[in-house]
Amino acid sequence: MRIAADLLSVHPPSAQTGKGTASSRAVKASPQPRACVGFAKRMLPGALLFRKQREFFLRRGTQLIFLVIALFGLMGAGDQSRVNDLGHRMMCVCGCNQILLECNHVGCAYSDRMRAELIAAVDRGDNDDLTLQGFVQKYGTTVMAAPTKTGFNRVAWIMPYLVLVLGLTMVTLIVRAWRSRPLVLPAGAVAAVHGAELEHFRDQARKDTEI
Amino acid sequence: MSQIGSFALLLALALSAYSFLGGLLALVMKGAGSARLGETARRAGIASFAVVFLAAVVLVVAAFQNDFSIAYIFHHSNRDLPAPYKFATLWSGQEGSLLFWALLLSAYGLVLRLRYKTDVRLFAHASVIIAAVQVFFLLLLNFAAHPFAVVQGSLPPDGNGLNPLLQYPEMVIHPPMLYLGYVGFTVPFAFALAALIMRYPGEKWIQITRRWTMVTWGFLTCGVFLGAHWAYSVLGWGGYWGWDPVENASLMPWLTGTAFLHSVMMQEKRGMLKTWNMWLIFSTFMLSIFGTFLTRSGVVSSVHAFAQSSIGDWFVAFLVIIFATCLIFYVKNRSHLRTEHKLESLISRESSFLFNNLLLLVACFTVLWGTLFPVLSEWVQGTKVTVGPPFFNRVNVPVALLLLLLTAVGPLLAWRRTSVESLKRNFLWPAIGALVTGVLLVALGMKPWKDVSYFYSLVTIMLSALVAFTVISEFVRGGRVIGRHTGQNLFASMVQLAHRNTRRYGGYIVHFGVIVIMIGFAGAVFNQDKEQEMGFGDKMTIGAYTLVCQSYTQDDNPNYGSEWAVMNVFKGGKQIATLNPERRFYKASQQTSTMVANRSTPQEDLYVVYEGQNLDTGRPIIKVHLNPLVMWIWVGVWIIIAGTVVALIPNAVPVRVPAPARMRAEPVGAGD
Repeated sequence: MRIAADLLSVHPPSAQTGKGTASSRAVKASPQPRACVGFAKRMLPGALLFRKQREFFLRRGTQLIFLVIALFGLMGAGDQSRVNDLGHRMMCVCGCNQILLECNHVGCAYSDRMRAELIAAVDRGDNDDLTLQGFVQKYGTTVMAAPTKTGFNRVAWIMPYLVLVLGLTMVTLIVRAWRSRPLVLPAGAVAAVHGAELEHFRDQARKDTEI
Repeated sequence: MSQIGSFALLLALALSAYSFLGGLLALVMKGAGSARLGETARRAGIASFAVVFLAAVVLVVAAFQNDFSIAYIFHHSNRDLPAPYKFATLWSGQEGSLLFWALLLSAYGLVLRLRYKTDVRLFAHASVIIAAVQVFFLLLLNFAAHPFAVVQGSLPPDGNGLNPLLQYPEMVIHPPMLYLGYVGFTVPFAFALAALIMRYPGEKWIQITRRWTMVTWGFLTCGVFLGAHWAYSVLGWGGYWGWDPVENASLMPWLTGTAFLHSVMMQEKRGMLKTWNMWLIFSTFMLSIFGTFLTRSGVVSSVHAFAQSSIGDWFVAFLVIIFATCLIFYVKNRSHLRTEHKLESLISRESSFLFNNLLLLVACFTVLWGTLFPVLSEWVQGTKVTVGPPFFNRVNVPVALLLLLLTAVGPLLAWRRTSVESLKRNFLWPAIGALVTGVLLVALGMKPWKDVSYFYSLVTIMLSALVAFTVISEFVRGGRVIGRHTGQNLFASMVQLAHRNTRRYGGYIVHFGVIVIMIGFAGAVFNQDKEQEMGFGDKMTIGAYTLVCQSYTQDDNPNYGSEWAVMNVFKGGKQIATLNPERRFYKASQQTSTMVANRSTPQEDLYVVYEGQNLDTGRPIIKVHLNPLVMWIWVGVWIIIAGTVVALIPNAVPVRVPAPARMRAEPVGAGD
């Protein structure tokens, strides 16, 4: 981030909006190169100025190379991660009922081709929605490993949670109802014991049976 | 051969029909003749086992004799098929597996009918219900999926062979276990319905049902996990559970059966949840039948599904009949199911069972919902959608975590009411232990903030630790008390403790097995895989391992041709193993299959698959998965089996403990 901020600082101040991102905030905080150059022009002799400028651009150039390498590296990692993520959100359509990246059928007519298409889409820079949409158009809705969160498919996701909430509510209501329900005692049974007397019996029972 | 089999099936149908109708008449009729009629019906039921057994033996003998005049043998066997797989032919196809189902059902019926003296009237009712189920399956076998149908035209010289994926040792064990589970739920169902029909007084039927359910549940657990292990070892995709509709079909009755095993304790101890338990066991049986329907109807697409056929309609009709029967008798006799006690407190064992049941049923609903949503979507939108692992994992994981939490808390709660002080006392150290486990894991590099799956993984391990500490503390606390009185060492005291209340402590062992499995599941977040073309001497590094390809070699036998790689595995510069991932080409079926090479350790599995050859370069492709903690899953299953066996052992006579008791009282907080 530091390198990125330093590098960005070679842009003219007018190009920096200073809004939003952390990197743009870092740009504002970093030294202004034009001001540096102007200051150097005023204060330093010609040869020294040239050397300083050369060193400055050399340093920035080296940093730029590092940044490009790092960005490409990160881009590669990002692509790989995206391929992995998207590949686990789709099914192989050969009928094996397996996740695309997990289909290992020997001689599968689909999975290799689909993987290649996925990598190509990610390399092209297509975003996730576009990539998945492309697959749906080509292979049908069953290519998606889970229902989308649009239209009727939303019901698939909502229903389990709805049932859980309804169930919890119902159990809570049942428990409350049961607690207030009068106890039905068989005819001739001994009356229930309550309060301190019950606690006394409980303590006694606990001591007697403590195993 | 086929004629003997066909005759045996017809005779079995006649005997079962007699057992059903004769038994029914005997129960309805009054008078001296009814007892004799009932006895003949019972004996017909016993004889039906012998005849179905004969039919099954005929089919197996036909497989060993390569009798390809029988279409089933032609389609599922071949001359060079090894003997164990010829035996497994019995359950390798639709017709055979239905015959196997009928065989197991008649075997369960045999045991029940032989033990009729336990309670003659209850067992007579249950026998009639089982006979009705037998009639359904034998009708199917005789008229819709005949295993002894003959091949039309000239006799084929050899069969099509067994599906290569089924040619694996576990396939000789997995289906029987699963079927013992599925079919076994017929017995608790029969007892429950019988008790409802006859307004059975007392709870004896529930004790009988509970033991049957526990045995059946144990078989189903074995069957489900053997299936997972088979998928892991044979399919070669690096996983063990793919949320396939058929896997889901086996999970649903397991979930409701588990709920029943918990809530039935409330009925035994407190006379509560009678209606709930009745419907739980009805639902479990119906889900077993529904699972069979899913497998065979072709309603949902599955890797396991048998060919689409019309027998799905039979199952729908049967399910409707079962549901209507249960509903009619429930409406008629529901007054018999009134609860005897009220709930005293929210913090009690009773309410923990209620929430446990709720979560198990929500999990079951979610699995059912996800399995059937493609059908619903097609019906509503006109387009089919796929509901795969991303959906099931996202929806079920939170429910599973809540269940884990209840597994930790539930056993610490007393029946009726638990004081907050007692809960604190019992819960403090396990909770501290769980927190310390979490902190240690984060310190060791686990990053729950990285992704939600890492968060779930951490929470799973922490909750598992919580359950483990509570289970251990329960054993240690009880063991110490016994040790103080008997002078035995702690281990011997704990064994004695478990023996005194096998159901309770067997249950704890099962819980311990469950958390070991959950830890195994949590490891999946850290799975890695790598695929590479590997020629001679090529290397691949994954995790701490380096694989070096030494050679490729080939072999041939009458059943299949094979080629495999010889891969040396190095760790820390030292060779630790040689693995041989294999690829087979089965001659009869003309199909290819992979045989995974797996080096399994408690820490991780090094799982190597020979995927085939690159068609362009001709170079072999090797895929390696590094799957942490998978072994824990299989170890956990063994622990569950051990716990189930312990829970089935009768309790030992309690040791007399001299206590300064002034009065006799029921234990509070003790019990199952």
